Amino acid sequence: MRMALSALLALWLAGPAAAQISEAPAPVTESDEVVPTFPDPAQRRRVITAIARNKEQPAEQVVAGLSKDSVAITASFDGSEILIYGAIKRETPIPPGPPLQVIVTVEAPSRPLTIWRKERKAGIWINTEKVEIGAAPGFYAVATSAPLESILQEEWDRRYRISLPLALRAYAGKLAVEDAVPFTEALIRLRQNNGLYRLAEGGVKLVDQTLFRADVSLPANLIEGDYKTRIFLLRDGQVMDVYRAPIEVRKVGVERWLYRLAFDQPLLYGLMSLAVAVIAGWGASAVFRKLRRA
Amino acid sequence: MQIFLPIAEVSVNAFTLVGLGGLVGLMSGLFGVGGGFLITPLLFFIGIPPAIAVATGANQVVASSVSGVLAHVKRKTVDFRMGGVLLAGGLVGSWLGVWVFTILQEVGQVDLVVQLCYVVFLGLIGAMMLQESIRALRRSKNPTYRKRSHQHMWVHRWPAKMKFRASGLYISVIPPLLVGVAVGVLAAIMGVGGGFIMVPAMIYLLGVPTKVVVGTSLFQITFVTAFTTVMHAVSYNTVDIMLAVLLIVGGVIGAQIGTTLGARLRAEQLRILLALLVLLVCGKLALDLFLRPDELYSITTEAR
Repeated sequence: MRMALSALLALWLAGPAAAQISEAPAPVTESDEVVPTFPDPAQRRRVITAIARNKEQPAEQVVAGLSKDSVAITASFDGSEILIYGAIKRETPIPPGPPLQVIVTVEAPSRPLTIWRKERKAGIWINTEKVEIGAAPGFYAVATSAPLESILQEEWDRRYRISLPLALRAYAGKLAVEDAVPFTEALIRLRQNNGLYRLAEGGVKLVDQTLFRADVSLPANLIEGDYKTRIFLLRDGQVMDVYRAPIEVRKVGVERWLYRLAFDQPLLYGLMSLAVAVIAGWGASAVFRKLRRA
Repeated sequence: MQIFLPIAEVSVNAFTLVGLGGLVGLMSGLFGVGGGFLITPLLFFIGIPPAIAVATGANQVVASSVSGVLAHVKRKTVDFRMGGVLLAGGLVGSWLGVWVFTILQEVGQVDLVVQLCYVVFLGLIGAMMLQESIRALRRSKNPTYRKRSHQHMWVHRWPAKMKFRASGLYISVIPPLLVGVAVGVLAAIMGVGGGFIMVPAMIYLLGVPTKVVVGTSLFQITFVTAFTTVMHAVSYNTVDIMLAVLLIVGGVIGAQIGTTLGARLRAEQLRILLALLVLLVCGKLALDLFLRPDELYSITTEAR
């Protein structure tokens, strides 16, 4: 316990963000989704025993901190870097077997969206088919200590929705197309190109199966909201422990004032925009007339 | 210098925006077009969400049009009566257009209709103007040709006639009213001022002299886009004032330079330039429609 306290103290001194003792993983899925079914009964047993073991007392726990727990969007905001660091707390020696792995995810609030596919009709390319997604995060970054597929079993991925395709929530309404997979693949591809979805395999640096750090860069085109950070501790493809921490992304100063005005007093805001335009146009006209006369 | 736009929620280079505004302002002063048909696609290109590009583009057009129209008022090249009739039609048309826009949005075909509108209108008008101005240039080289001082077109035979002194016209109010409505509808759907359609329509359909066309068109555009801006701000919260200010700074300066420059160039030369510009934008948009796009998929997020 002394070791844990000193680690806590070190973390507290290291940064403004307070370190918190991690919580044990919940025995049920984190959302109210249906529990995934596992075709292989043997696998199901293994999952259950792992959960049971975790529930008693996880042998290894995550203690972590963030370099900042809030991001302020100012007028000159151009993306932000967040350092996520931490240590593994354990009372017993490092267990034998495959080495410990760490996955870090940062997730923006989800919004519904529609994916369209173009098709050639009468010579021109038009949107024909669509798939509606109930909720997709506006930003999602995954950093891992090794290639994702080799360190995470599929059923655990499904349970915690860690990998990109699973982070997109259910389809909204009745599916209008036969095969929705190319649509979700396109969504991931488009957003990966925009830098909104990221997978950094090897982005988590792990030292002696005890200390880890990950740098996550947030893009400039961030949406406001409460972001979620999750740190997964894995052994043998199974999740041993999860640590969660929020990151608050907020507009500040002029940005905040204009945003609130636009949504709370839209008429006033519209007239203000108009006034700026008219004054600027008239002012420039007057200035140029003076210049020409001079 | 990067700047974060509060409503669009993207970070862009401030100088890019000022430059963009300047370029479009120059067009505005030179040709009497608001420049919306250039600024809206350019804003899409730098990553501004379409709804915000359309609404903020309208706000920018207000500034450059005010700047331009004041310069024209000083030169007495605005037909206020004609402008008023066009404006009355424009407001009705703009209201109609927003209604059509909402329906298109529900069916997911906004992009297609907008592009088709651009291709058809720009193509027709560009070709018409180019042909006409080349013919005019040939005529001016050949002094034996004598222009008829007064042409009687079908629009002159309609009822409810009105005197437009500044334009030297005595025609029915119905054609200018219809032109105003058509431009208003297109303005709301395409997110533009509509000058690039109104200028040729006034010259070729109404027979308004080229001298007063630009100023009168700018006069109408100023009010229609002002109406559109407030409507977008109130119903969709899509006007980004930070983006607008940056575009305006470039725009008002460009518009003044354009107006000065326009006074020195000959009308035929101006028209050839505008025709070529219109055809260029049309060609680019047509290619996008007919060639297989690089990316078949697109994402639309629901409004907040």
